[in-house]
Amino acid sequence: MPQTDTATILRILEVDFNSIVEEWVGSQIEEGVKRSDLFSDSENRAQNVELLRSFAKGVRAGVVDSEFDLKDTAWEDLRATLSDITKERVKRGVTPTEMATFVLALKAPMFERLKKELADNPEGLIGEVLMISRLVDAFGIYTNEVFINEREQIIERQRLEMMELSTPVVELWDRVLTLPLIGTLDSARAQEVMENLLETIMQRQARVVIVDITGVGTVDTQVAQHLLRTAAAVRLMGAECIISGISPMIAQTMVQLGIDVGTVSTRSSIRSALDDALKKMGYEITKIKGN
Amino acid sequence: MPCRSCEVTDLKTQERFTPLARFPLHVSRDVVQARQSVARELRDRGVSNIRVTRFSTAVSEIARNVIVHGGGGEFSVYLDPAAGYLMTVSSDKGRGIADIPQALTDGFTTAGGLGRGLGGAKRLADVFEIISSADGGTTIKMGIKL
Amino acid sequence: MSGIASIHLVENALLVSIQDDVNDTEILELQDSLSRRIAQDNVAGVIIDISALEIVDTFVGRVIAQLAGISKLLDAKTYVVGMRPAVAMTLVELGMYLPEAQTALSLSHALSQLRSD
Ligand SMILES: Nc1ncnc2c1ncn2[C@@H]1O[C@H](COP(=O)(O)OP(=O)(O)O)[C@@H](O)[C@H]1O
Ligand SMILES: [Mg+2]
Repeated sequence: MPQTDTATILRILEVDFNSIVEEWVGSQIEEGVKRSDLFSDSENRAQNVELLRSFAKGVRAGVVDSEFDLKDTAWEDLRATLSDITKERVKRGVTPTEMATFVLALKAPMFERLKKELADNPEGLIGEVLMISRLVDAFGIYTNEVFINEREQIIERQRLEMMELSTPVVELWDRVLTLPLIGTLDSARAQEVMENLLETIMQRQARVVIVDITGVGTVDTQVAQHLLRTAAAVRLMGAECIISGISPMIAQTMVQLGIDVGTVSTRSSIRSALDDALKKMGYEITKIKGN
Repeated sequence: MPCRSCEVTDLKTQERFTPLARFPLHVSRDVVQARQSVARELRDRGVSNIRVTRFSTAVSEIARNVIVHGGGGEFSVYLDPAAGYLMTVSSDKGRGIADIPQALTDGFTTAGGLGRGLGGAKRLADVFEIISSADGGTTIKMGIKL
Repeated sequence: MSGIASIHLVENALLVSIQDDVNDTEILELQDSLSRRIAQDNVAGVIIDISALEIVDTFVGRVIAQLAGISKLLDAKTYVVGMRPAVAMTLVELGMYLPEAQTALSLSHALSQLRSD
């Protein structure tokens, strides 16, 4: 009895392979899953062929006594194929729902054939329909997992890239650094910004750093505290910190919040901060005569 | 010499862990030994510079307090593999801390110190627990996520 | 056993490099002998190189702050040089800003600041 659960399924998958792929692709179009904007027909068909082949392989070797686990080695091929396809689809902006619907659409052509094959064996039909349902559902759930996993990795990668992009420490002049801050500063980001800045000070033996907050939207108590702490840490290392780009609004907030800015040097614009920094290094910007 | 065979019991779960290292805390040299051994264990496990420094600073504060305020005691380092933490336990049989929230306040000291050690250590560690009583002394458990 | 760093006279400043395994007793001894040498040698500055220190806790921080206070009374400046980034961040978190002390990136940076004063 246990063996018969997948007997017909396997036979159908072997004999009818090509037409199942056709119908699978077809049902995806019907359900609006196939993204013709993202995939060409031939690409889509090739991927379906790959998937169905490795799925069939899994069913053949990976179902024992009606039980299976997609994490077993018998399903290795399916996992690998799925992982490749998912990576690519995530990159193209396919959603998890579209991806799961894509997999679940395999049920329709399979049911259709099982019904025909087992018309005179209702008991066998129920058994195999249940089996293929369970298999395709597991397949769909697994796809969703892989998909979400892949998206999370992309998000984390982008977060790191953005963090780096948004906190570049720039060497303006020999031993003069600037850190143009843009966007919102939360605690985690402020911590990373501070670490990055202090490390660069040590590497470059920088004497003056200009932290420019022109691009920082709002300064609340927390952000202000972070700025002052950064300035204090810079001083402890032996460099000087100038905070520039303090708008009238931010100045008001800082005073209202009762933040002691007494020990930090501040400038309204990065231009005057740079002028200051260069003077400290013994340079001056002058107009070339005749220009 | 650290005693490697002795076990520590987790304060809350009563789970027993085998320490990576165990040190007496009696003279100021012991403080250095304790914090350097913690730093070594953390660095061996790939913890970043800044986190190693933060946690070993906390260890230094707590270990000094054992000597200065607790009349000496001991210190052990162990791994909590399930939770992925490196933990330290310092204990003494001194007079205990009468008012813990007060002792944690920056600037509070009963010995003419700076009074920033205990509260500072709490901020620098990921896990921080104090158990203290007048007759049982003081035990402080700290942890850092690996 | 005073295994602590020896004090050197460089230009008109006293230079001392603190090692990472320094303990509380030794650092107090150092504070003591530095204070005496400032008066004795009539120097303009004291330069404390802490680039080897992996940590500066509240005790060491306080000794440095006190030393800066003592030098000031004796008409000399105290420079803390070579503080590591991780140490600077941790000190700030402990609320220790060492306002009494001057800071510099390196020995030569400290010396050039002393000269220009
Ligand atoms: N192990 C201990 N035993 C008894 N009292 C302690 C212990 N650790 C800390 N304390 C109490 O907490 C206070 C604050 O500690 P801390 O913040 O380290 O400041 P400090 O050591 O400079 O006094 C101490 O002055 C002391 O009264
Ligand atoms: Mg203390």
